[in-house]
Amino acid sequence: MYTPHTARDIEAMLRVVGVASLDELVRVPDAVAVRAPLDVVPSLSEIEIAERFAAFAERTTAGEYISFLGAGAYRHYVPPVIGALAMRGEFLTAYTPYQAEVSQGYLQAIYEWQTYIALLTGMDVANASVYDGATALAEGAIMAINATGRKAVLVSQAVHPNYRAVLRTYAAGLDVTVDELPYAAGGTTDASALESLLADQRYAAVVVQSPNFFGAIDALPAAAVATIKATKTLLIGVTAEALSLAALATPASWGVDIAVGEGQSFGNAIAYGGPHVGFIATTTEHLRRIPGRLVGRTVDKDGRTAYVLTLQAREQHIRREKATSNICTNQAHCALVATIYLAALGKTGLRDVAAHNIVRANALRDAVGALEWHAVRFAAPTFNEFVLRVPDRASVTLAALRERGIVGGLDLGRFYPELADCILMTATELTTPAQIERLAAALAEIAADAVARI
Amino acid sequence: MAQPAGLLFSKDHEWVKLDGDVATIGISDYAQSSLGDIVYVELPRVGATLTQFAGIGVVESVKAVSDIFTPLGGEVLEINPALEADPALVNREPFDGGWFYKLKLGDDAEKSNLMSGADYDKLIAEA
Amino acid sequence: MPSPASETPLIFDGGQDGRANRYVPPAPPLAELLPAALLRDDLPLPDNTELDVVRHFTRLSQKTFGIDTVFYPLGSCTMKYNPRINDALANLPALRDVHPFVPDELAQGALAVMWELERSLASLFGMAAFSLNPAAGAHAELTALLIAKAYFKKKGDARRTTVIVPDTAHGTNPASAAMVGYNVVSLKSDERGRVSVDAIRAAAGPDTAVCMMTNPNTLGLFEDHIHEIAAAVHAAGGLMYYDGANANALMGNSRPGDMGFDLMHLNLHKTFSIPHGGGGAGAGPVGVAAHLVPFLPTPVVRADGYGETDGRWPSDGLTFSLDFERPDAIGTMRSFWSNFAHMVRALAYCYANGTAGLTRVSQLAVLNANYIRASIRDLIDIPYDEINRHEFVASAQSIKRESGVRALDIGKALLDRGYHAPTVYFPLLVPECIMIEPTETESKETLDGFIAALRDILIAARENPQSVLDAPVNTPVSRVDETRAARQPDLRWHKKG
Repeated sequence: MYTPHTARDIEAMLRVVGVASLDELVRVPDAVAVRAPLDVVPSLSEIEIAERFAAFAERTTAGEYISFLGAGAYRHYVPPVIGALAMRGEFLTAYTPYQAEVSQGYLQAIYEWQTYIALLTGMDVANASVYDGATALAEGAIMAINATGRKAVLVSQAVHPNYRAVLRTYAAGLDVTVDELPYAAGGTTDASALESLLADQRYAAVVVQSPNFFGAIDALPAAAVATIKATKTLLIGVTAEALSLAALATPASWGVDIAVGEGQSFGNAIAYGGPHVGFIATTTEHLRRIPGRLVGRTVDKDGRTAYVLTLQAREQHIRREKATSNICTNQAHCALVATIYLAALGKTGLRDVAAHNIVRANALRDAVGALEWHAVRFAAPTFNEFVLRVPDRASVTLAALRERGIVGGLDLGRFYPELADCILMTATELTTPAQIERLAAALAEIAADAVARI
Repeated sequence: MAQPAGLLFSKDHEWVKLDGDVATIGISDYAQSSLGDIVYVELPRVGATLTQFAGIGVVESVKAVSDIFTPLGGEVLEINPALEADPALVNREPFDGGWFYKLKLGDDAEKSNLMSGADYDKLIAEA
Repeated sequence: MPSPASETPLIFDGGQDGRANRYVPPAPPLAELLPAALLRDDLPLPDNTELDVVRHFTRLSQKTFGIDTVFYPLGSCTMKYNPRINDALANLPALRDVHPFVPDELAQGALAVMWELERSLASLFGMAAFSLNPAAGAHAELTALLIAKAYFKKKGDARRTTVIVPDTAHGTNPASAAMVGYNVVSLKSDERGRVSVDAIRAAAGPDTAVCMMTNPNTLGLFEDHIHEIAAAVHAAGGLMYYDGANANALMGNSRPGDMGFDLMHLNLHKTFSIPHGGGGAGAGPVGVAAHLVPFLPTPVVRADGYGETDGRWPSDGLTFSLDFERPDAIGTMRSFWSNFAHMVRALAYCYANGTAGLTRVSQLAVLNANYIRASIRDLIDIPYDEINRHEFVASAQSIKRESGVRALDIGKALLDRGYHAPTVYFPLLVPECIMIEPTETESKETLDGFIAALRDILIAARENPQSVLDAPVNTPVSRVDETRAARQPDLRWHKKG
């Protein structure tokens, strides 16, 4: 549909090439020529395609429900100015900025993204993005392994289960051991055994997420961090809800060496899980181990400020099998979206949005935590997510909520069998008091029914 | 172009200057010229024990990276402190100020695996 | 209006406290909401008015080439037109906002999109199944090698430690192999620029895990002995992996599955018109033959009622679910299920074309590339001057010897004339390599304009080399001091004082 060639064009071009027909031009040996008829979706005009996808959209009924889901992908207000700028054709259809002279716009935008991430995390330097939070963690772990020469990683159970799963998948390729730290009664990482676990200096890094998967603020206490440093182990801090960086103490402030995480909250759609945007930031000491692309500022031959992809010698297209990572394409456009979001919201906007998240989450927590037979499961302070214990299996409660038009959150029993009666709930600046009221009323009703049946 | 006198060379374009059992090692003028502007040199740790011809570090230029294969084995005594701040020294003075590291020769017999300046000249002429 | 050449200050250089926009109502201070010990001291980001933000990023966009503005003959990148309908569909609220953790019943439309795309790709490329998990081509390669590793581990075959890669391979191939702990053996291409069957027979052995190839190869040449190569690798007990970067050359004509490949990946941001977005996000589905299906990463989209409905399209009679219960799966490669917004785009592209359309896409991609080659071969060396596929390579080696003008310089001179440079210095096999891939969405007029510009430059390279060496002069900046950028890394803005 997007090919402009007329029959005359084709005829003229074939003559220049010196071949009689298109079929002759593309001929392949019989042994590998297509045999069976192919079965791809049928060809449609654009208006029919629009109708087809309207049908797909209609069959995706999630939007008809009030949602309290978070767990690594967050609903936030995205001002329309972000889409208006990011979807400009020059940004959308540009290639990787290898030709610096004609890519100054993108290169500068990525330099600004690198700066924003460094400022938000408190670290020295950040890269141009990686695929998402989970792969950022895997890449960060590889950095730590290369830095220390130790082939094991110790990760908190309160880190996002999908992130841990990806870490294990990558670790299997590299024969790296992944061990876990349990979580404590209050909902944060249990660091009590840390000293004995780190004593033989076998771990390249300790990995902690804050706020963690339960929503709890989980910055390791100073004593734990001191133990980590004393054993020459690196500390990797994970952030799944990037908005929290606008409010909470930075990863750098509690001793993180490599800060990794997910930037989706900054202006990117949830889109059933992707594309999102991962970040990696670190100290100057580990700069040369950073995977992926880096944009640097320099000058052109006439002395003007210019931006360019730099330190490329680390990357796959030069270093090949000795590259710091195999990453090539990253998530540049999603990083651009995030950069524009951060520029538009600014310090004041981000602080306000973060504060609204805390206020709404507190309101939600107070409303549902106060219900009879319900309780807030963990005592630790939270940002915009927390865990609610319900008087039945979470899966049953959530199904009943769905019948009432509500997606109440995530069934924690899916990942933590001991928490099968718990729901992970999120509130953001998009959560309204009316929605909270409806959820509380529904939970009360469901619990009353359940109790009446006993 | 004749190489400086008194040096031995490896086929990987490293030179060796011997002073008793202490070897000073760097890369040749041909190597620095092929690599272009050098931006970073990654050297072994002081105290590390190296095996002859093992890959022990890296020379980075803007567009290329080359492994450093140590022309001799032994214990690393010193690395050139000037290269961190001024990697361009390798381009300007590959045989003098741009030296990489000094090591204490482990096995004297390994010298026989290296070539003279004249033989190295022949090698790069054929390249 | 400032000229494009003028510098745009950093977003951090402007902006002042108090210039905030009102996207949300004012909120209580954070100090009232959480204990001070948990809060950060300061957030050193600028406040900018929306107008300043609009001007800043609009001006940046004006200093950036895109397919929307210029022709991009980048070999190996397939810079075809990115249809706007795809973005509009990805932006339908129901598809844009659906959360990955909603129960499957609430996401049937999204799952149907993924399933229809997966079935289309499986048929188009001759594989038993695809995973839509990986976020990019390199990510997909890693996935495929992990599948291979798991496959051999399950068979109890611990000797398989080597990956064979032709010397024309993309850098991600050996880099991915290293991330899985495999040794890389590089195979020299023969004088025809292809992988020789004898070389494969000599290299493949009991330690061979995977042979990674692409077809057509990175020289744009069809590996006409691919069937025998695959047979040789299989005879040695290894697996064949197809790097799908060049898939635009063979749709509807030849299928990797039929060639004997056991594993493959696709770059949806190349072949299937997903926008490149300045370097991503891409999407890299991984396809496997039947014996490798159990190892696919989770989740996989399952259809109940499949095989029991009347026609396969549309998928309306089927019920879909995400299958996580796969005991032999290698694990999972990312936080969630796929770069779903790109699955919407890719499926819409499939619908816009159908089988006949995709077949035509490949035919015309091949025609366009050959047309350019035939039109410049008198002015520059074409090392493999034969019918190529969707891309071809030229060498500026003799021009360099004559006048000092290199491939890099020719590329810069094209920038001045409003064309993006072709790929240069890849593959490494060809000295002063220039790789040109026009794609099928470019008209004969565009190609003629490019050919004329390139011919001018090639003549100037010999008759007036300084004009080429000085290029570019019409771009927002001239050649950039990359040495300084690497020696004195300045990777972020720092607050003054």
